[in-house]
Amino acid sequence: MTQAFRIDNEGLINREKKLSFKFNGKTYFGYEGDTLASALLANGVHLVGRSFKYHRPRGFFGAGVDEPYAIVQLYRNGETEPNIKATEQELFEGLEAKSVNCWPSVNFDIGAINNFLKIFLPAGFYYKTFMWPKSFWYRIYEPFIRKAAGLGVASTKHDNERYEHKYEYCDLLIAGSGPSGLASAYAAAKNGAKVILAEDKARFGGSLLTSDVNIGNQSGKDWAEGIIAELKTMPNVVVKNRSQIFGYYDHNMLVMSEKVSDHLPATKKYHPNKRLWYIRAKEVLISSGSIERPIVFGNNDTPGVMLSSAAKEYLKVYGVLVGKKPLVFTNNDSGYETAIEFKKHGIDPIVLDTRKNPVSEIIDEAKNLGINIRNSYVVVAAKGYKKVKSADIANISEDKKVLSKIENIQCDCICVSGFWTPTIHLASQSGNKTKFKEEIDAFVPGQSKQNEITLGAANGVFSLDETLKTSFKAGSELSKKITENDNEIAIPNVVEKKSSKHDKFWCVPLPKGKNYKRFLDFQNDVAVSDVEIALREGYRSIEHVKRYTTLGMATDQGKTSNLNGLQLVSEIENKVVPAVGHTTFRPPYTPVSIGAIVGREVGKHSKPTRKSPMHEWHKKNNAVFVDAGVWLRPRYYKKGNENLFEASKREAKNVRTNVGVCDVTTLGKIDVKGPDAAELLNRVYTNAWLKLPVGKARYGVMLREDGIVMDDGTTTRISENHYHMTTTTAQAANVLSHLEYYLQLVWPELNVNVVSTTEQWAGAAIAGPKSRDLLQKLFPNSDVSNEGLPFMGYMEGDLFGVKARIFRISFSGELAYEVNVESDYGNFMWEKIIEVGEEFNIQPYGTEALSTLRIEMGHVAGSELDGRTIPYDNALEGLVSKKKDFIGKRSLQRSAFIAEDRQRIVGVVPLDKQTSIPEGSHLVKDDKAPLPNPKLGHISASCWSVEYDNPFSLAILKDGKNMIGQKLFAMSPLKNKVIPVEIVSSHYVDPKGERVRS
Amino acid sequence: MLYINCPHCGMRSQNEFSYGGDATVKRPVLNKEVSDQEWDDFVYNRKSLRGKHLELWQHISGCRQWIKVERDTATHEIFRTFKADEEVA
Repeated sequence: MTQAFRIDNEGLINREKKLSFKFNGKTYFGYEGDTLASALLANGVHLVGRSFKYHRPRGFFGAGVDEPYAIVQLYRNGETEPNIKATEQELFEGLEAKSVNCWPSVNFDIGAINNFLKIFLPAGFYYKTFMWPKSFWYRIYEPFIRKAAGLGVASTKHDNERYEHKYEYCDLLIAGSGPSGLASAYAAAKNGAKVILAEDKARFGGSLLTSDVNIGNQSGKDWAEGIIAELKTMPNVVVKNRSQIFGYYDHNMLVMSEKVSDHLPATKKYHPNKRLWYIRAKEVLISSGSIERPIVFGNNDTPGVMLSSAAKEYLKVYGVLVGKKPLVFTNNDSGYETAIEFKKHGIDPIVLDTRKNPVSEIIDEAKNLGINIRNSYVVVAAKGYKKVKSADIANISEDKKVLSKIENIQCDCICVSGFWTPTIHLASQSGNKTKFKEEIDAFVPGQSKQNEITLGAANGVFSLDETLKTSFKAGSELSKKITENDNEIAIPNVVEKKSSKHDKFWCVPLPKGKNYKRFLDFQNDVAVSDVEIALREGYRSIEHVKRYTTLGMATDQGKTSNLNGLQLVSEIENKVVPAVGHTTFRPPYTPVSIGAIVGREVGKHSKPTRKSPMHEWHKKNNAVFVDAGVWLRPRYYKKGNENLFEASKREAKNVRTNVGVCDVTTLGKIDVKGPDAAELLNRVYTNAWLKLPVGKARYGVMLREDGIVMDDGTTTRISENHYHMTTTTAQAANVLSHLEYYLQLVWPELNVNVVSTTEQWAGAAIAGPKSRDLLQKLFPNSDVSNEGLPFMGYMEGDLFGVKARIFRISFSGELAYEVNVESDYGNFMWEKIIEVGEEFNIQPYGTEALSTLRIEMGHVAGSELDGRTIPYDNALEGLVSKKKDFIGKRSLQRSAFIAEDRQRIVGVVPLDKQTSIPEGSHLVKDDKAPLPNPKLGHISASCWSVEYDNPFSLAILKDGKNMIGQKLFAMSPLKNKVIPVEIVSSHYVDPKGERVRS
Repeated sequence: MLYINCPHCGMRSQNEFSYGGDATVKRPVLNKEVSDQEWDDFVYNRKSLRGKHLELWQHISGCRQWIKVERDTATHEIFRTFKADEEVA
């Protein structure tokens, strides 16, 4: 197919490089430097999609981020991505795209029947209609609406692309590389400031690429190229294209999305697809320019109706004619610039100007070129279904209310200009209270809230001369404050054509007897009549009107529709626009890929994975790992075809009969040092600590101030003023912060230091009746007899030349020890234990066996210390001192905590001694009671008791103290199980605790 | 993302800190009779102010010091920061 609408000798595309691409299955050609939109237009393709609600044919309306229609599904390198704007997507060889929101095809769309039913689909239609009957919503309405709506399909495959995050600091961040961005960046850079200049498009220069101006005896485009080239050579400047600053957050933090690879057929090796920049800037210069706004008229959504500035951009940047019989409809001088460009390329446009008798240099030029201009004329309605074929035009009275002399003229496109809307999104996001500027009928930034300043068209300044002067000055002054350099820059001479005042006209009235749809918001199919309905139904706040009609919502966020919506509301309400106000601008300014937001934090990268020094040994010995907080711990060591249940049973049994070893490196460890260390422990733990001798360990429970158990663990007195505290794996970080809080803020008079030593020590728990024999062989020079190292004793030892700490503590309830060595010797220690332990039939055991052992002993852990239980609930009230005060003690007097029937830990055994009880099951008195069946307690942990060879569970049960011997039911609706159970003591095995002391 | 001036380390991003609540709450001294009301006020009752608020933050990924931050809860403006032991006038 030929590029019939491409012209020679114009545009910035690379004609040496022809690219082929597919749209809706058909192959076309374009050039390097095209966007998908410009390449399609070069081929005469105007129909790209269907509208959201009525499925009306839609084409291209803009040439950049403001585009409301041309959203496509993109296929690139085996991946697919929805919600891509054809006007932003750069062309690459082999690009494939498809229309969205149409079925079966964009040319024949069944949903277009909505268009003929549109009288039934006014604003609020969905809210009103799909309410009854209620049951229809899930079964009929929602699936139907979902199928009919949507702006593309998200891929369900794993995304193989890489996304990066980058943190950056700078003196000046400049958003937009148009004239004001370039001038301020240049001035600031010359003063030595660290500058980041961001441009969302592929090409720098903004409006200078398309406007007919002269700066310092060069064309605007050449001047921009020169400035950019010089900025790129400066070490204090970062210049980024394809980078959209989309959010302005607190304290001058801005976020920018850089499209690194979207313009390439495939992402290069080691390159990210996108890069998200978090930039903390001392000063922010917003030079985001302005967006042309449409004039509202009948059928103004027909393909071929587009912004006049977009038509000019397609011509000047891409060498593409959007039509060969253009009609330019304008209320200001910008339309003439587009008409002049057409004329220069041999095309005869007709200009309809709403003004009666405008005079300016630009209009003079148009007249001199012989362009057909009709003053006080408007487009009443576009004609044509899939493409503009003609237009009904009319003369309009001076009060802009009466149409006369309606006639139909042939045209193939209508270029609209309703004047310019400053892009104030970033300024508004920063907290700047915007103000309405009468002269331009639009909002501009007001008083700065953060360190931000808005320049040029974004600030409502449309004169190039003034823009350059203020921007050079701002760049120079802001940088001077920071760098204290003051390099003077000669401000270049500017030649531009003066323009005349625009006409405050934005909406063409309907001719008598006609009911054309006049669209305000093109993406959401919101017409003038919809806003009228909303106001008639009593919606007054602009925020409510927005939500009821969807005006200004969806992916373009009303970039072309907001102001016309406000004009309409103000007209009907008979208020001025500033009194109506505008809706809140929220980030992101343009859609940001979820992948870019997530960055590298996917899957296992979302948190660092911590591994013990013995990890490789576990792996080699068939460990199956489990996530324990951020740690990877062996769950069990698989032998042959064993499953989890069989392996953990074998491992637990071996601990009860021989000896086992478990990696306990993950336990939190905190070094507590200082003359007041004992006093601190005494205040933090519920039990007494002042009299713990050196070389002894003690079990302690700590509470939060509200009386709830925070953590438990053993703390050992290593020397006079030195304690070694252990915490649970999960609470290690919180406990450290907790101690620091009290030491720094509440009791700063205590002379104590705390520091985490979790990663400094590797730990192995050796448990079982043969553990002492093993320990003696590991430490032949130490006396580890019951007298030499009694229960809760501590000593240092020599493990084949490595200094070790030996604690006689037990989690399994067996005779047990924990050996710690410095982390680097962890693997050495482990291998020695396994090697020497062979004669005692040692086996490593994982967390599953560890749980089994502690559950049947009735030792509490995380599932009981769940942030809802007090010491009594865990049968730990014996550890609560009556004499001294400690953190949270006062809360234990709360009436709920001392209630007679307070919940308490119990053991639970199924009556059939066969059925395992699912964790989380509820305990109830009557399994047949109507719902909601009163819950008496819940199963906190379950295991298969290796001691008795039957299931055993722990539960937190109301009035647990008096429930021993009762028969209840454990119900798990999730697993569909009802199990008759008996309540027993939580200390199922060795209730007197004789083994640990043997 | 807030930019917090740690009195020990200088300007740092919010993601290095963790929030610690109202800094004006004083813990009742140990071993002293405390009424239910007094204890409830200490443990539970907070004002949830709109406007200037003195609050605690801990520089967990930095110096690990608890600091006091005077911040506007509505605008996020930070006025002053203090070390843990500094008196706030």
